[in-house]
Amino acid sequence: MMEQTITCINCPVGCRMTVTLSDQGEFVSVTGNTCPRGAKYAQQECTLPERMITAVIPVSGCETPLSVKTASPVPKKMIFAIMDELAGIRLSAPVAIGQVVLPDVLNTGVDIIATRSLP
Amino acid sequence: MNLTTDILIIGSGITGCAVARELSRYNASVVVLDRGSDLAEGPTKANSGIVHAGYDAVPGTKKALYNVRGAAMYESLANELGVPYRRCGALVLAFDEADVKTLEELKERGGTNGVSGLEILDREAVLKLEPNLNPEVVSALSVPTSAIVSPYEMAFALADDAALNGVQFRFDTEVLSVSKDEDGCFTLRTNGDTWRCRVLVNCAGASGAEIHNMLSGQKLTMVHRRGQYYLLDRAAVQPFSRTVFQCPSVMGKGVLVSPTVHGNLLLGPTAEDIDDPLDTATTASGLADILAKAGRTWAGLSTRTNITNFSGVRAHLTTDDFVVGSCEGCPGCFEAIGIESPGLSSAPAIGLDLAGMIADHLGLARKEKTVPCPVPPVPFHDMTPEQREQAIEQDPSYGNIVCRCEVVTEAEIRRAIRRPVGARSVDGVKRRTRAGMGRCQGGFCCPRVAAIISEETGIPLKEVTKNGGESFLLSDTIESYLKGEHDHE
Amino acid sequence: MNERQVDILVIGAGPAGLAAAISAKESGIDSLLVVEREKDAGGILRQCIHNGFGLHRFKEELTGPEYARRDIDRAADLGIDIECSTTVLTVSPDRTVTCVSSSKGLQIIHAKAVVLAMGCRERPRGALCTPGTRCAGIYSAGTAQRFVNLEGFMPGKRVVILGSGDIGLIMARRMTLQGAKVLACVEIMPYSSGLNRNIVQCLQDYDIPLYLSHTVTDIRGKERLEGVTVAAVDEKRNPVPGTEIDFDCDTLLLSCGLIPENELSLGAGVEISPATSGAVVSETFETSVPGIFACGNVLHVHDLVDHVSNESFKAGAAAAAYVRNGQHAVPMISVKDGEGVRGTVPQLIRSDTDQPVDLMFRPAAVYRNSAAVVECGGKELLHKKAMIYTPGEMALVTLKPEMLKDLPADSLTVRMERMDG
Repeated sequence: MMEQTITCINCPVGCRMTVTLSDQGEFVSVTGNTCPRGAKYAQQECTLPERMITAVIPVSGCETPLSVKTASPVPKKMIFAIMDELAGIRLSAPVAIGQVVLPDVLNTGVDIIATRSLP
Repeated sequence: MNLTTDILIIGSGITGCAVARELSRYNASVVVLDRGSDLAEGPTKANSGIVHAGYDAVPGTKKALYNVRGAAMYESLANELGVPYRRCGALVLAFDEADVKTLEELKERGGTNGVSGLEILDREAVLKLEPNLNPEVVSALSVPTSAIVSPYEMAFALADDAALNGVQFRFDTEVLSVSKDEDGCFTLRTNGDTWRCRVLVNCAGASGAEIHNMLSGQKLTMVHRRGQYYLLDRAAVQPFSRTVFQCPSVMGKGVLVSPTVHGNLLLGPTAEDIDDPLDTATTASGLADILAKAGRTWAGLSTRTNITNFSGVRAHLTTDDFVVGSCEGCPGCFEAIGIESPGLSSAPAIGLDLAGMIADHLGLARKEKTVPCPVPPVPFHDMTPEQREQAIEQDPSYGNIVCRCEVVTEAEIRRAIRRPVGARSVDGVKRRTRAGMGRCQGGFCCPRVAAIISEETGIPLKEVTKNGGESFLLSDTIESYLKGEHDHE
Repeated sequence: MNERQVDILVIGAGPAGLAAAISAKESGIDSLLVVEREKDAGGILRQCIHNGFGLHRFKEELTGPEYARRDIDRAADLGIDIECSTTVLTVSPDRTVTCVSSSKGLQIIHAKAVVLAMGCRERPRGALCTPGTRCAGIYSAGTAQRFVNLEGFMPGKRVVILGSGDIGLIMARRMTLQGAKVLACVEIMPYSSGLNRNIVQCLQDYDIPLYLSHTVTDIRGKERLEGVTVAAVDEKRNPVPGTEIDFDCDTLLLSCGLIPENELSLGAGVEISPATSGAVVSETFETSVPGIFACGNVLHVHDLVDHVSNESFKAGAAAAAYVRNGQHAVPMISVKDGEGVRGTVPQLIRSDTDQPVDLMFRPAAVYRNSAAVVECGGKELLHKKAMIYTPGEMALVTLKPEMLKDLPADSLTVRMERMDG
């Protein structure tokens, strides 16, 4: 059994929670939360932490870079691998807000989409 | 490369620029070398901006002579060149009997030096003039002819005038050695080209004594005396309308509180002797020292509206006076060194004198025609609505406000880069236009100014600097970072 | 001279200005103009490419540009006129606004009502009086954010961040993701004013250490930054000698506070509150100058853009009502900051109000298990308990109109009350 301490991010109280995981990394229990949202967050965060990634990438034909995001959260451990994938994107203007600039990044099932239009 | 010129001036501070401008009226080739990447990067850009009346300098010294003469020239020179100048007057405060005695000495000194209007006022009269003074003040010396000016703008204007009349300015050029050749000419080795000249003019600021000692048997010793400052935000009404001094000491005029010609408030300077003349850092102890001393003048002292701190290093000679004239034992070399306070005030008079000496020495004829320096346009900040409308009609880039704190337009920033001795860095634009000198200290306008510099000069944006050399604003494009071209470890 | 009349002039097309214009238009005002100094609308949201915007308003988490786009599209659908690349130079008490642009030159606009929505600026190094050299590589976090997210350039490679407010935290992550090394985030207070979410997702995720109760005491670098010294501070926030740590860095980002940008407001004679650095307003967001309204960060610095929009919708509607009906003077109930409270907005409530009034304020310190109390002449009007009130999160309590009837005095006080001993 392992223990992990984390801070809940759901509200400013920021409860410090202690999560117990099995040796295989499965969620067993949590203490320290003061609401159910905290327990749910703790479970997710300690077993399969996910993050939204937002970034800027260059676009040829445009001085302003393109702001992009993952359409939904991706595994936290893949953040830098995904950033490396973004480096390989070759885009030219125009780009429309919401346009998929890289589908299914690294087989996550998550698209990278534009969050602004250029020009 | 080996280059030659008739006259070579080392240093483009206020003194070097003043001499250059006067020499540009004669038929001779003139070159100014400076180790900085722009004009006036030494103490000229980092002082109190005061044109002193001349009561403080000891009678009979060069300081006294040139201060009074220079101060008398300032108003018309500033008007001619379009440099901000205001005769706001000054007070020297007395807090006890010893101070009162000092005031009387200063008044007498001033009289001997030819300063007019000096008067000792009683406490009531002083507090009436400046109600925000420390009420413990006992009396004050009133100095109606004391004035404030923008010191670096004066240097830029003098330099532009000189450049329009043939003077060449070379930057990033540090003089490493000078020697007198058999034919009476001088050879200068620099970090770049080697120069030969008939007349050498030493206006080398912090390196003035070093250069002098390479050529003269008489050795001079220089002390590098740093002065730190607080600069408070502009305000419709500042706590003081005059420059307020305390009694001077052996280290100098002491900590003052003064409005600046642009409407800011200055507190400082300190006076600390340091080893490295290029060490213009500010220090916690120096800044604390200013607050302690300025608090004596300003009872309600507050630095809540401080927008920046800066410092400059004075070139102080242990002989305690300017050295101006022909270099001892080295004919053909002329010098203006040890130009600490009242150097700014004295510069126009020094320039005139030295140029005259050099012209005599070389038997130079005055040019028949001088290119007049164009009257600079009124800053957009100061224009009336009608003037603004007209300016935009003639040049639409006047309608694009780049620095919102100081209301500086794109047109003025381009002009600053295109001037005869134009800006090539963000600070160069800043000092010529005030863009970046306001409340947000360039937070808003820096990216815009950098982009305009890049467009006008062809310097790629990632190579644009804050003030020359390696002071790059940026590291690289996001593209090169994403590609992993940057190993930051 | 190019002169014209409009019913409502909105200064700024960021989230505050857009929301005010939208609600004014929806209230039936057609003669409406928004002026914006950048070349596109959206304000600061244009460079806030991270997500976290709109959770309250849209029940979705959007990035800054996406949130702005919603309002920009709505404004376009409503036919609202937005003049970009136009800078306002002056606003007079009689609501004459002078502005300039390259395309239209100098314009003098006479407005029946003006909405101030100019946002805020960042506190520069000079305001901190940090000693050291003045080398290249020192930026406010927002300026660095502009370089990265709008210009496509990185300011440096090795970064120290001073200030752990949200902007500093966001930039810690931004610089790291985009390839720089962030060495530390330094915070002078014993707590961060940023969201816990940002502490976790911007610092902890990337193993960036957070030094609480520390500050930068020296800056070194001849031309470009070479390093900074960080030291611990005592309860008076003075550096403690002997605690110095040196960081070898080429970039220092400052996230040391936002200041509402009220230069134009001062020129119009608008009374500014020293507690917020923004205008003194009534619950209709009208300032001390009749017909001039203020909303968004120019009024008081917000944490959530959703609240900016909410407040600005009200201000726009109030400006519209003012244009239609005028606004007669009535006795005002003043709202004062009591113990533990700072910067309550609005500072005045019209005694004839029949709508609920949201009072927004920041606690002066972290309060756990405490209540926000609103009282008048000793009578408690409202008592709102919460697990935590923190300076990093603007608090809001709502006064129902019946609470404001038959008050024993003409002044209310908002204060904090600790619940457990």
